[in-house]
Amino acid sequence: MSDEPVRPGGDSGAGGSVVAAIGRFFLSGNTIIVTFLAFVSALFLGAIIIILATPSVMAAWGRFGQAPGAAFAQSWHAIATAYSALFIGSIGSPRGIVGAIASGDGHRIATAFYPLSETLVSTTPLMMSGLGIALAFRAGLFDIGGQGQLILGALGATLAGFLLPGLPIYLHLPLAILVGAIFGAAWGFIPGILKARTGAHEVITSMMLNYVALNLLTYLLTTALFQAPPRYQPVSKAVADTARLPHLAGPSLRVNLGILLAIACMVGVAWLLQRSTLGFKFRMLGANREAARVAGVNINRQYILAMTLAGAIVGLAGTFMVLGVDHQVASGYGGTIGFDGITVAILGQGNPYGVGLSALLFGAFAAGGRTMQLDANIPLQLVQVLQAVLVLFVAAPGVIRTIFRIRVRGAGRVFGGWSG
Amino acid sequence: MSQVEPTALGNRELRKDLAAIRRRGLAIALWVLAAIDLLVFARTTPPGSKTVFDLNAPPAFPVPAIHLPVLATLLVLGIVCALLGVAQYLWKGNPRTYLLLGIGLALSGIAFLAWAGRGARVDVEGLLMTSLIEAVPLTLGALSGLLCERSGVINIAIEGQFLIAAFVGAVVGSASGSLWLGLLCGAVAGGLVGLILAVFTITYRADQIIVGVVIDAFALGLTTFFLVSLLVPNQMTLNSPAVFGPIPIPLLDKIPVVGPLLFNQNIMVYLTIIILAIVQVTLFQTRWGLRVRAVGEHPRAAETVGIDVLRVRYRNVILGGIVAGIGGASFTIGSTGQFAHNMTAGLGYIALAAMIFGRWRPLGALGAALLFGFFDALQFTLSALNAPIPSNFLSMFPYLATVLAVAGLVGRVVPPAADGQPYARE
Repeated sequence: MSDEPVRPGGDSGAGGSVVAAIGRFFLSGNTIIVTFLAFVSALFLGAIIIILATPSVMAAWGRFGQAPGAAFAQSWHAIATAYSALFIGSIGSPRGIVGAIASGDGHRIATAFYPLSETLVSTTPLMMSGLGIALAFRAGLFDIGGQGQLILGALGATLAGFLLPGLPIYLHLPLAILVGAIFGAAWGFIPGILKARTGAHEVITSMMLNYVALNLLTYLLTTALFQAPPRYQPVSKAVADTARLPHLAGPSLRVNLGILLAIACMVGVAWLLQRSTLGFKFRMLGANREAARVAGVNINRQYILAMTLAGAIVGLAGTFMVLGVDHQVASGYGGTIGFDGITVAILGQGNPYGVGLSALLFGAFAAGGRTMQLDANIPLQLVQVLQAVLVLFVAAPGVIRTIFRIRVRGAGRVFGGWSG
Repeated sequence: MSQVEPTALGNRELRKDLAAIRRRGLAIALWVLAAIDLLVFARTTPPGSKTVFDLNAPPAFPVPAIHLPVLATLLVLGIVCALLGVAQYLWKGNPRTYLLLGIGLALSGIAFLAWAGRGARVDVEGLLMTSLIEAVPLTLGALSGLLCERSGVINIAIEGQFLIAAFVGAVVGSASGSLWLGLLCGAVAGGLVGLILAVFTITYRADQIIVGVVIDAFALGLTTFFLVSLLVPNQMTLNSPAVFGPIPIPLLDKIPVVGPLLFNQNIMVYLTIIILAIVQVTLFQTRWGLRVRAVGEHPRAAETVGIDVLRVRYRNVILGGIVAGIGGASFTIGSTGQFAHNMTAGLGYIALAAMIFGRWRPLGALGAALLFGFFDALQFTLSALNAPIPSNFLSMFPYLATVLAVAGLVGRVVPPAADGQPYARE
């Protein structure tokens, strides 16, 4: 059993010179090169969408007959403005950062690093939900219920955060995190036990539980227990100061301990999958269910464990959002992050470190998208389109190989149908 | 991965046990319904209260509103439900798993309405009308999923097909001024999304669930992007289509209660019924349907007898996209007109649930869609009655019902054998 996730065409032949090896690397449709080309293709499609959505550019294309140069120039301008805003909003302007550090002015430095801080803030929940879903992936389970697990985690953390004021931070904060994880785990446990006991497909049950969680949240936000006084709006009470994740770089930057905890979780999941017995059983299950059964693995038990663990990790995504950034939950909390976790997990090919990098990319997209909307007047949702196209191509490497005429070897990873 | 997964060894015993568990589970469900009737509803009803069920009959054929004494109704219905539970428990070879529970649910629904509306008028006609209208996109979405899955391709992209078709329907209907063109373009847009799904999953054999989920994310992003960048600044020209009006069917629409409900609706309702009938008949009565089902159950065998598996799948996935596209167009030009952000709000997934709940059968899907639509409509009725039940719990019903259904507690739910398995020629 290899330590690597099932990789399409990621094999390398033996021997040969370095040049030949590099040649093979490009020609065999390696995961990294496919991901890179998928990224380029997504940006290209995004550029077309930007052109379509900018009336002045479309007008220039309408006059293509008279002034072909103007059409290209205006298109280039629109695309460059949008993508550079995306870059500056997620990483910051390199010149600004250097200048700020050279000046030594604390306020200027904070401003210069604001984009990076926002990227890390957006990365945290994406990484957690991606890690949870990737863990389930590796056990051959498709956890589509990230949204519900995230909401439950956020609810648990909020509850522990405002119910127990007066505790010292070293007790309160870990307790709130633990409660969030347990709530998320409970929401993951349900599809797990249903699959183990009745064979109900986890895709359907976990998806349905998303909507149950959404309605549960809306209902709870009308109850005296959760709703913030004077109870006019569907928002919860705020968590106590002692349950909040401390900021890492001063109060003006939102980056908090959550990102470090997420990175720790990433290492933890990697260790679990690659070094522990439990992780080995998960991977056996994911690689070949029948073989795992014959080898004596209690499959139903692993289903329950994997889904519960995945639910706990995704629940921590909501927990870190509440304790680190928002400090309270509102109706529809978490938005599409539980769903984006699926795309993060797919892009990372189920490998924890790959998931971490994918989450960083999507976090940068999210932070940059907000700047792009403000500065370049391109709606934030372009980012969602870019992400979807990128993941679509990564999920079907054959498409990229066909477009770029790379030699085909094997098909993508397949989970199988409802009966699986 | 093998073509058709071998039946899990341990699951065979499980299946046998499930029949007994299901029989007991259904009986318990009925008893729970009876208990709620008698212990919760009846005990909280003051004696002498009445509920009026208003049927809104036209003056030409007056049907009097029905006045029901609440307490007596609850007692009778509760006892009937309990007896149904006994019958379910004893009836071993019950060929129609759903039958008794269905009756019990309907009775409990009446009991619930009588209890919730005590001292007030319940607008029955309005409730049924809203249920039917809510059921239109759900039925079409479920039929879309069914067309795909019967040929072995899982379609989770129904939500995305809804959204894109709703968007295209609104824009074309608005810009061209022709609702029919809007509907046509919405259907074509849905079909194109189906084509994307087909190319990725059939030709490139990518995982069907992943591709479906990603297409949904893509559709949500794309429609919102163009809504913000193009439609909002040009609301009048691009996003204010007319809406299909009701078409009364002569004579039939004069029947009291049933007439306005079934025979004075807009084209979407009629179209849904027509498509449903076509799918039901072709899938089970024609050679085409037999081939589709063969491909969905055992593609290798189908190929052996000369059926072009990939072609059948392509055709069905695109057809499914078109049907979902029609359902999507009903969101805009069929009801509200304007396109709004994420206006389908997960109904594509409920449609998928309706297909599963209806056990991959067109008529079953219709039944499930009506049931889910009814629960959605019930929220409006209850908020009009100021009933002491939070509407969020009613909204949960379709989802919880689906979870129970796939868990095998309310019936056997068996997907086509090759559902979700990509097919490669040898």
